[in-house]
Amino acid sequence: MARAVSRNTKIGWTIAAWFVALLIFFPILYTIITSLKTEQEAISGFNLIPSFSLSSYETVQSQNNYWRPFTNSVVISVGSTVLALIVAIPAAWAMAFSPTKRTKDILMWMLSTKMMPAVAVLVPIYLIFLKTGLMDTRIGLVIILMLMNLPIVVWMLYTYFREIPGEILEAARMDGASLRDEILYVLTPMAIPGIASTLLLNIILAWNEAFWTIQLTTTNAAPLSAFIASFSSPQGLFWAKLSAASTMAIAPILILGWFSQKQLVRGLTFGAVK
Amino acid sequence: MSLKRMICATTALTICAAAAQAQETTITIATVNNGDMIRMQSMTDAFTEAHPDIALEWVTLEENILRERVTTDIATQGGQYDVLTIGTYEVPIWAKQQWLVPLEDMGDDYDVDDLLPAVRDALSVDGTLYAAPFYGESAMVMYRTDLAEAAGVTIPDSPTWTDIKAAAEAMTDKDNEVYGICLRGKPGWGENMAFLTAMANSYGARWFDMDWNPQFESEEWKAALTDYLDLMTNYGPPGASSNGFNENLSLFQQGKCGMWIDATVAASFVTDPENSTVADQVGFAQFPNKEGVDNHGNWLWAWSLAIPASSQKQDAAKDFIAWATSKGYTELVAEKDGWRAAPPGTRTSLYENADYQAEAPFAEMTLTSMQAANTQKSSVQDIPYTGGQFVAIPEFQGIGTAVGQQFSAALAGQSSAEDALAAAQSNVTREMTRAGYIK
Repeated sequence: MARAVSRNTKIGWTIAAWFVALLIFFPILYTIITSLKTEQEAISGFNLIPSFSLSSYETVQSQNNYWRPFTNSVVISVGSTVLALIVAIPAAWAMAFSPTKRTKDILMWMLSTKMMPAVAVLVPIYLIFLKTGLMDTRIGLVIILMLMNLPIVVWMLYTYFREIPGEILEAARMDGASLRDEILYVLTPMAIPGIASTLLLNIILAWNEAFWTIQLTTTNAAPLSAFIASFSSPQGLFWAKLSAASTMAIAPILILGWFSQKQLVRGLTFGAVK
Repeated sequence: MSLKRMICATTALTICAAAAQAQETTITIATVNNGDMIRMQSMTDAFTEAHPDIALEWVTLEENILRERVTTDIATQGGQYDVLTIGTYEVPIWAKQQWLVPLEDMGDDYDVDDLLPAVRDALSVDGTLYAAPFYGESAMVMYRTDLAEAAGVTIPDSPTWTDIKAAAEAMTDKDNEVYGICLRGKPGWGENMAFLTAMANSYGARWFDMDWNPQFESEEWKAALTDYLDLMTNYGPPGASSNGFNENLSLFQQGKCGMWIDATVAASFVTDPENSTVADQVGFAQFPNKEGVDNHGNWLWAWSLAIPASSQKQDAAKDFIAWATSKGYTELVAEKDGWRAAPPGTRTSLYENADYQAEAPFAEMTLTSMQAANTQKSSVQDIPYTGGQFVAIPEFQGIGTAVGQQFSAALAGQSSAEDALAAAQSNVTREMTRAGYIK
């Protein structure tokens, strides 16, 4: 009897989990469905079965070549993430293994920079970009997105590093490891799950960033966020085309997330259960 | 051929190609994603064939993002754009700030006098043109001829608000999801306030008196807002407070609206058989007025092309604008996609063209509406401002949206017309005092 109850409970929880997952995923699913409709089908109310027309994709591609913003998105999100990790790993190492009285304050201060709305610093950043020739360049966006996500990266890595016993690093030091060796060959391999999930999360954040990537680009460095924005229309209904553009923009990151979900979950729950 | 010669020849060719590349001027055009703009983008080849020394780069953005980007760029003298797509609201304000290059001497065959006078006036400051109109619009009534006939009502070419109310009542069939009238309710200076300002104009109301004091507590505003709320509550679709242009377009195309009063550019969408289920059952009438008030809203908008003062390639930009807003461009579009696709509302010659009149059933009413619009004096009372469905002052985006939120809340049933008007009055008085208009 007890077993039957537990099985029923299990089924109940499974259904509930599927329901919640579907609920969260539904807007994306409906975007994909709408992208496969004709414009007339798209505006004629709620309908889950499209006519599987690919005309919106063709129009989107012919109107605005997808590959240029796609390449920009890849370069910007991967570049900014790698740069952020290069800066954040030593910083997090210092904070986790050689904390001072002010470490917590520094961490809080770093986080507080995220509390200011981005638009508040738009004009100074815009002027700096203009004067330094970084406007509408990939390198400019790599730098700005790296700076934007750095507090989160440092925080995440700091949390993971704190889970690693300091004694192991001490042992390495006693064996003659230099600081560089210690970080590269002892700390980093042990924190791989944490670093991997930080990397993935940061790529997703950089991929989806839609303020600086639109404000600081025109044509050369415009990524997929600008690509989607170009299909939103104040006069005229182009829902199928907008959905097709959105699907094309989110597909790569969705696939990346799908393949790396194990790593992502493992990293995000790292140290959560003691 | 020896290897040495081949290397020399290749190098020479590369230098020539690089030199050719260097002579080419690339201009960056910032635009919005409207049907006519996208068509212009697809005509790039036709322009570059005629102007082989100029290359075009397009940046298409959502309307509000575009406004934000362009404002930042101009204010910081960024020079990222050479041609801007802006409307009749921005042109006079930006021209006075000397942010735009005057468009004089557009070439011998440009025929500047062919531009519709109302549009030309709206884009000029002290008689100088600062932007060339790409397509223009006013507002009019679009209605279902089949529903009107079935309900036994006739909508005159120039209806009054009483006619509109009677027709809305007769056509409403809520059981079958047919609503007599669809109007904008979504808050925003360019959304519900565009419509409500035009409606208030047609009731004889004004935003400000000659000393810039807001006039929301006048009888005219009270009558306009009360009638709007009555119409929408009794004969409008559910959830109207979140409906803007696109939402109403969708409802009308699905056959759920008896009447829709909005921008004339909508006429080409609702009569398009590919996207509209009611394409051949649409009639048109002028924007209504209140009995005894000679004012049909004075709605006028023109998406126009302008050159920012920060552009380094002003000559090439002017060449492009002269091409894109010329009669020749209209003919090019007609040749490719038919006369119905020609950008409307900018040139008198288009409305004299028999082919256009035959293909576009809305042509005549569009022209009547545009000719009736007076943006230099939009109210029958004395006013210190210009602009039709908006007030052409920089503060209007902020105060228009704030007032729009009050009126949208009233439409959603959260407050009464009196309360919404009182809140608008105090809000606008405060902002105008702060901005230094009210001493």
